[in-house]
Amino acid sequence: MDSKMAFYIVKRLLLALLTVFLIITITFFVMKAIPGGPFLSEKAPSPAVTAMLEAKYGLDKPIMEQYVTYLKGVVTLDFGPSIKQRGREVMDLITEGFKVSAKLGGSAAALAIVIGLVLGSLAAVFHNKWVDKLIMVTSTASVAMPSFVIATLLLYFFCIRFQLLPANGQTAAGLILPIIALSLYPMSYITRLTRSSMLDVLGQDYIRTANAKGVSPSRVLFKHALKNAVTPVITYAGPMIAYILTGSLVVERIFAVPGLGKYFVSSIINRDYPMVMGTTIFLACLMVIMTLVSDILYKVFDPRVDLS
Amino acid sequence: MSEKMPKKNMFSLQLDLSSFEAATEEEKRQQVRMRESTTFFKDGMRRLAKNKIAMICLCLIVLVVLIVTFVPSFYPYEYSDQLGVTPGQPSDASYNNLKPFEYGETELARIAAGEKIFPHIFGTDASGRDYCIRIIYGTRISLIVGFFASIIVLIIGVIYGSISGYYGGKVDIIMMRIVDIIYSLPDMLMIILFSVVFKQTLDPLIEGTALAKLGSGMISIFLVFALLYWVGMARLIRGQILSIKQMDYVLNARSIGAKPGHIIRRHMIPNCISVIIISTALQIPSAIFTESFLSFLGLGVAIPMPSLGSLASNALDGIISYPSRLIIPAVIICIIVLSLNLLGDGLRDAFDPKLKK
Repeated sequence: MDSKMAFYIVKRLLLALLTVFLIITITFFVMKAIPGGPFLSEKAPSPAVTAMLEAKYGLDKPIMEQYVTYLKGVVTLDFGPSIKQRGREVMDLITEGFKVSAKLGGSAAALAIVIGLVLGSLAAVFHNKWVDKLIMVTSTASVAMPSFVIATLLLYFFCIRFQLLPANGQTAAGLILPIIALSLYPMSYITRLTRSSMLDVLGQDYIRTANAKGVSPSRVLFKHALKNAVTPVITYAGPMIAYILTGSLVVERIFAVPGLGKYFVSSIINRDYPMVMGTTIFLACLMVIMTLVSDILYKVFDPRVDLS
Repeated sequence: MSEKMPKKNMFSLQLDLSSFEAATEEEKRQQVRMRESTTFFKDGMRRLAKNKIAMICLCLIVLVVLIVTFVPSFYPYEYSDQLGVTPGQPSDASYNNLKPFEYGETELARIAAGEKIFPHIFGTDASGRDYCIRIIYGTRISLIVGFFASIIVLIIGVIYGSISGYYGGKVDIIMMRIVDIIYSLPDMLMIILFSVVFKQTLDPLIEGTALAKLGSGMISIFLVFALLYWVGMARLIRGQILSIKQMDYVLNARSIGAKPGHIIRRHMIPNCISVIIISTALQIPSAIFTESFLSFLGLGVAIPMPSLGSLASNALDGIISYPSRLIIPAVIICIIVLSLNLLGDGLRDAFDPKLKK
């Protein structure tokens, strides 16, 4: 690692920090701009009760003071108490939901990467044969499907029509469909990415040399070609995590998985503002960090890439 | 050579007058243009017309646009009409949840009396509204959102990107840093956040105006696109402008005193039109995607206005008994997005062969 690399990493870290700070600021002030406040529901409490509640949650202080308090809280991973779920801390709810979501999202990401790489390499090896065409048609079609469409169709056909799998995402078997629903889009994307970079690599001289000196075809493919073709896929890791995280918002709702996405959606509907803020900041930071890691890994794996 | 022309001596330095002779009929005919010279746009369209998949998709999109534009004007039902509800009478539950091509009780009576009634092609929903017209309106909304959101992105992105690219230097650095920061914000989360907030703040503001029918959800989608989604376009345009800036015709225009605005409008934008067309075409499906996602979460268009996403979301509750209500909007979203994607790819191949992967 030379000084240019170190400079790049420091620059990216600073940008990531700035982004996280900006996200927190935007989230805070944007949520404060909502009129009415969180205690305004169908049966409005009396002014005295509202004042007491506001004092309890620190909402009666000037806005800048609230902001500084919130910022301090976020640094220590304290997002304050949830307003709608009495007596629970937002951070506890987030960790609880995130355990489930991480399992779901992690499996979906792993599945997408493994199958995407295999299908993409297959398509490249059988370039312009029917295997290639079949894989390309399927992946083009599934890129056009929003995650909720995939999820609902899977739910209908596998749970209701043929009754193969449980529709409830609380059991292990019930997680199969949500994982498939989440991984289909990134899988197709990785397939296309791998195919084009693999086609590029397979045309290189060193592949011809390897073939000419009698290396077995599978060894050429896995040892020589795939290693070089995989680098563009690394850059997709960041966007993929972002897709899976946002996709899980609807997929978890559809399959009733008790994950972070389901909490997020229900807190939007319930107007549980601290929960919405906490979850947004948590997810956004996660995405920023993942993008940062994938960008840095890309430079590490492929030193030819220009760092400027 | 005609006789009137004086003959030129072999070693004379005088002009050879015969070169200035009037052209003969044959020579004139050579100058006639056999066919129209092709323009950039025509050339691209010719290449696009050769691409079968893109043309099929184009026809499909045109068909869908025609249906959603004209069918509602003569369709016998309205998207918000609850067919079982007549003012002053108890509501007729027989109209709710009709299967495709079934009729409500009073309609059956009228058919028995010999009257002709337009069938409910896709049945009705839980509130007794004709589902076919709701699908048509939903598709209309999705297409409108996709189209206008892309236009917003186009306008902001082109202006921002061309200014940044043209002026370069410090202006460019500052403008691009702003773009970098917006680019690194997780867009979908920010969209959800803004939609939640705009939904709450805009509702009282637009009450009673024409915008109220559109709903704060729709407006917030547009606002969000205007705030966040233009950065990709701006980056693309800036890159193009940076390379066009080096061209001699720009130097020429500057040397004869053309103003920056004029140079950008007349010389630079027309030269990156292919990039603009392609990325706008690919922006539309992504906007439709976003809209349906938000509507699915309940943040999109206002009730009773349907959109494909909210139709699918509402159908989720009755999925066991009425699967068609879910499958129809889902399939339509897929078809629209797929054909727009493929058309966008076709446009890219036709207008910018260099970009082809």
